[in-house]
Order: sequence, then C-alpha cells, then structure tokens
Amino acid sequence: MSSITIALKLYASLTEFFPERVKNNKIEIKLPQGTSVAEVLSNFRIPSERAHLVLINGVYIPPEERQGKCLLEKDVLAVWPPVAGG
Amino acid sequence: MAWQKRILRVNLNDQSCTEEPLNMEWAQKFLGQRGLATKYLSEEIDPKVDALSPGNKLIMATGPLTGTMASTGGRYSVITKSPLTGAIACSNSGGFIGAELKQAGWDMIIFEGKSDKPVYLYLEDDVASLCDAAELWGKSVWATDELLHAKYQDPLIRIACVGRSAEEGCLYASIVNDRHRAAGRSGVGTVMASKNLKAVVVRGTKGVGNVRDPKAFFKATSEGKKTLADNAVTGEGLPAMGTQVLMNVINEVGAMPTRNMREVQFEGAAKISAEAMAEPRESDGKPNLVTNAACFGCTIACGRISTIDPQHYSIENKPEYIGASGGLEYESAWALGSNVGVDDLDALTYANFLCNEDGMDPISFGATVSAAMELFGMGAITLEHTGGVDMSFGSAEALTISAELVAKGEGFGRDLAMGSKKLCEKYGHPEISMTVKGQEFPAYDPRSIQGMGLGYATSNRGACHLRGYTVSSEIMGVPVKTDPLVTEGKPELVKSFQDATAAVDSTGLCTFTTFAWTLEDIAPQVDAACEGGWTAESMLEAGERIWNLERQFNLDAGLTRKDDTLPARLLKDAAKTGPAKGSVNRLDEMLPQYYSLRGWDAEGVPNDETMKRLGL
Repeated sequence: MSSITIALKLYASLTEFFPERVKNNKIEIKLPQGTSVAEVLSNFRIPSERAHLVLINGVYIPPEERQGKCLLEKDVLAVWPPVAGG
Repeated sequence: MAWQKRILRVNLNDQSCTEEPLNMEWAQKFLGQRGLATKYLSEEIDPKVDALSPGNKLIMATGPLTGTMASTGGRYSVITKSPLTGAIACSNSGGFIGAELKQAGWDMIIFEGKSDKPVYLYLEDDVASLCDAAELWGKSVWATDELLHAKYQDPLIRIACVGRSAEEGCLYASIVNDRHRAAGRSGVGTVMASKNLKAVVVRGTKGVGNVRDPKAFFKATSEGKKTLADNAVTGEGLPAMGTQVLMNVINEVGAMPTRNMREVQFEGAAKISAEAMAEPRESDGKPNLVTNAACFGCTIACGRISTIDPQHYSIENKPEYIGASGGLEYESAWALGSNVGVDDLDALTYANFLCNEDGMDPISFGATVSAAMELFGMGAITLEHTGGVDMSFGSAEALTISAELVAKGEGFGRDLAMGSKKLCEKYGHPEISMTVKGQEFPAYDPRSIQGMGLGYATSNRGACHLRGYTVSSEIMGVPVKTDPLVTEGKPELVKSFQDATAAVDSTGLCTFTTFAWTLEDIAPQVDAACEGGWTAESMLEAGERIWNLERQFNLDAGLTRKDDTLPARLLKDAAKTGPAKGSVNRLDEMLPQYYSLRGWDAEGVPNDETMKRLGL
C-alpha cells in the first residue's frame, strides 16, 4: 500500500503525546494511504475527550467525522485540548 | 445586598469629596459596574462633550459581586467618554483595587471637573482626600506605585494610576492598577490625566457584608468554583497556558491579523506563542514564563508573569527590567508581534513591560505602529519623520524604540500616540487605518471569523473582542461550535454574546468565567447576593438594556449607522491564505438582520417599542 506524509501538530498539554521532544510542536509522519483522523489520534494515544479542537489545514473536523475523514498527502493535522482565551 | 449603596463624588474643580447614596432603582435595572456607571454617565454629561474637557466625567465602578467570595469577583471598570473614539468608553480591569474599593465601603467613584494642579485621591475606608501629586507628575506608573507605597508604608494599599504617556496626551493611554493590570482600552487614562488626576490610592478594611442570603451565596459560589475547576479550559488550559494558547490556534485557522491586517497568517507565530514562552532559552536556561498569577478572588489564574532574556539587546544596561513582571497575553503578543511582523519574544515582552510601566494599551499601540510601518513602506512616512528609525515591518528595534518614545511622549512617539486613525489621516492615507469608530482592532481577522466582523462593526466602544466574543463559538466550540466562514445565524450569535457579556461585565465577575459558566451559573450567585430576584433571563434582559443604553449614548454623541462598518480592506481585499482564502467579511449580509433583531430601525436607532420594552 502506498504511503502519504502529513504534518502532525500537537499543542498545549497534548505535547506530552509526542514520542520525543520536538521543535515548534510539529512532526512529519508517514501513514498508509486511507488513514483516518481518528486512527492517527489513537496511534498517538490521545484520548478522544482531550482532542477537542481538531483541524485539517485549519478547517475544523467535528468529532462525528473523525472516524471517516481520511488524511491526504501534505495535510496538516493540528490538535488542541479544550482551550480559550481573549 | 452586596452593593455598598454609597458613591464617592470627587469634584476636582473645588477639591471636594462627598458621599451620595447609590441610586438603587437604577441598580435594579443596570446591576452595577459597566451598566450602572453608564447610566450615571448618560444622566450626568452631554454625550457631545469634548472627552478631554472638564465637562467629561470619569467613573470607577465596581459590581455587586466585586470584593465578595465569588470566584473572579475582583473586577472594576472605568466608564467615561473616549477621546479615541468619541463614543462611550468602558474598560474593565482585574487585579486587586476593585475589591479594595468595594471593601472600603464604596460602589463607585465619580470624578468630575479638572484640578488646577496634579492631585491624587487617597481613600481609606470613609476618609477621602485629594493630595498634591506634584512629585508624582512626570513619573511612570511603576515609579508612582513605588513612591506612594514608600510614602504610606502600607503594603496593602492598592494603586491605580496613569503613566507619562497619558500625561503627554497619548490617546490610548490606560489606567494601570497593581503595576500590571489595566483598564486598557479607549483612552480612559488620557481622560484621567486630562483632569490632572495622577493616581487613586485605596485601602479598605470593611469587607463586603450584607450579602442577601449568605448560605445561598456560599452554596452558589462554591458550586461555581467547582464548575470552573472541573472545566478543562478554566481549570487546566487558562492557568497553564494563559490566553496566549490562542496564538497557534488563531494562526492555524488563518485568522491572525498580520502586518496591519494585510495578511491572515504569521510565519513567526510559533516563536511568540504560549508554547514558546515555556521553552527554556539558550542564554540562562530559563523560560520566558515564570509563573501564572491570579487577580483578587480568582480561581482560574490566567495571568502571565515573565522575564526578559538578560542578554537581550532591549535591556542592555537596564537592570530595572531584569526582574519578573506582567507578561504577554494573547492580545498583546499579537499586537506587538504578528501585526508588526516581529517574532522576537523578548522584544515583545520588553514592549509589553513598557506598556505596563507607562500605561499604554498594547493593542492600540501595536496596531498604530503597524499602520506606521505600512505608511513607511509606502514612503508616506520617511526617516525624517521617524527621527532616523527604520520603521520596516519585522523590525524588533522599531517596535521597542517606538514603545520607549510613546511612553515618554518624545519624538516620533508623539505621532504614534495619536492612534492609528489620526496618524493615517495626518500622513494622507486614512484607508490604511485598521479601526472601527477610531479604535484599533484586536487579534481576530473578521474575514476568517464572520461573526467577529459584525461584532466589531457594532461594538459600542469601537473595534473590540470583549463586547461579544463569538470566537468562543466560531473557533473554540464553546458553548457550541459554529462555522466561522458562514454568516447565517451570526446576527443572533453576536446579539446573544453582546447582551450576556454586558450583564457579566456589570456583576464584578470576569468574562473568562463564561468559558465554563453560563448565565444559569452566574444568576444564582447574583441573586443570593442581591435583592431583585435575579435570574438568567432577567440578567440577559439587563444586558440588552445596557447595550441599548450605550447605543443611545453614542447616537446622542453624534455617531450614526455609517460608523457601524469595517475598513474597506476587510470588506474588499480577500484573505490570501488559510481556510478563509478568497473571503472578505460579508458585513452587509448580517447588519440589517442584526438591526432588526435588536429592534432598531434601518438607521440603527432603537425604536420606541424597544426602548419602552427595556424601560429606557
């Protein structure tokens, strides 16, 4: 099966789910084509309740779509726990 | 009741301080703080008055829950007519002085007239006196704070004062309390300085008694605190990361105003984010962020305490800036960072320190510098104008020198002190000014967050995120997620956020509680403290009443429907990158429906039925 490369960004308290210390909260990962958002989150052992804000290329992916939403080559998947500011 | 039922009226013309009863009929309709003080201001001044004339008044107002055991119950607001916008100004601050004022036995202080020489107010419980401020005039906020603490030898006095920028007429000067909290926006500090009022010193030992139902109040506030602690945002996110956690979020969604709002994403955002503030630096192995901090009674503690890299150029031979002080919040980091194209975290922190030290609103300051940088790039501003400072976008030196000049009112800093609108008018390019009603934008591009565009255009104090923070829904999904790129449903969303926020701002509580609380959580606390049978519904109605009162003040001041708009750049020049690429803000799709929802006519004037329904 062919593979794709995406960028995974984990922010705030989710940085602890990176396997090692990374710069600028970003790593590149290779995935089998057809990998879903939910599978990536699961691979990195990120509990679903902490994956509050999930964006692909800046566009929000609601929880009910994460199982079926597959990543494409060069996608940027960015994830935050519940955050807010002002 | 949690009101003290007492107002201190300070007449600066004849130097008198007199006590008056609080108008409790108005308190039942406008609650306190923002709402109640706006009512007083509306009744007592001509809205057309010159904001910097003795005819303007300045009110420092607490809410009924200020100084109580309610979480975040330490807020106070400054209400006056703004010299920056000509509209109503209401700037809210935390820290400790609001609670101290309440505990001294007062709900608000009304300053009127103008002193013929610099003075400060000393208020210790029932004793109020105006004192000579000759030795304080010309001093920074921090120096003033130190001199007054040394004079009174009481570490528990609380001080709010203006810095040199306000004395020099900077139109976006703030009133700083407790050294690094501020009533920041709309030039409330400029009004204070125009009255020759340098500082307000407060010591209160009376506490806040007379809570209507103490047992119910204890129960309601305890439940509220538990809700805040259990919520992931208020219990974990804000204390750990502060509001700065938004730097990467907003950049990722393509709503980061960059280089005077010409772009919507900043390549250097990661370097000035909350995550960057926590990274150990190379020079001394310490991170920028030292600790978080809380205001009076707050169980969230979102405040940032930071240090500057001791080897950074900005503080070379300036040991006074080596210690820890108030650090970057998201708004200041954006304004001093992406909007001027600077990604030097220490330069931003230094500029932020200066904004605290001499009382400048970092949003308006940063946005004005960004306008100057665009004008410089166009050739409209030259090295001759700037005194030789290269004002190119991305120059950390231009940022830090500008902060030093505005702080002291020197050189090109006098132009920067006018604010973006007047600066751009002076140099022949008013279209470059990114302002609404003369006030500079905060950190969310309305091309990428449609509801915020409507919120900015209709905000009663000019461009502002805190009048109706629909970012919470449109980006963060609190309380429910809405699509930031659509206009459908946004008039309703904006109106509900504006009304609810007006109510919260009138209680003495912090608006950040609303990431976890709704009015259903707040109303039981207000009701247990105050007479009036307060419910979520009656609070929302009070919020709508306050919004319309502010609107009426602005209409009476001469503002019209034409002022409910956005700069052409945001309505005509599409976002270049990110999810909103190709989008402009579609204000025209939202504004008519918003007027209709508000019960206003096509000119944005509240109709008779609306005014009657709200008891105005």
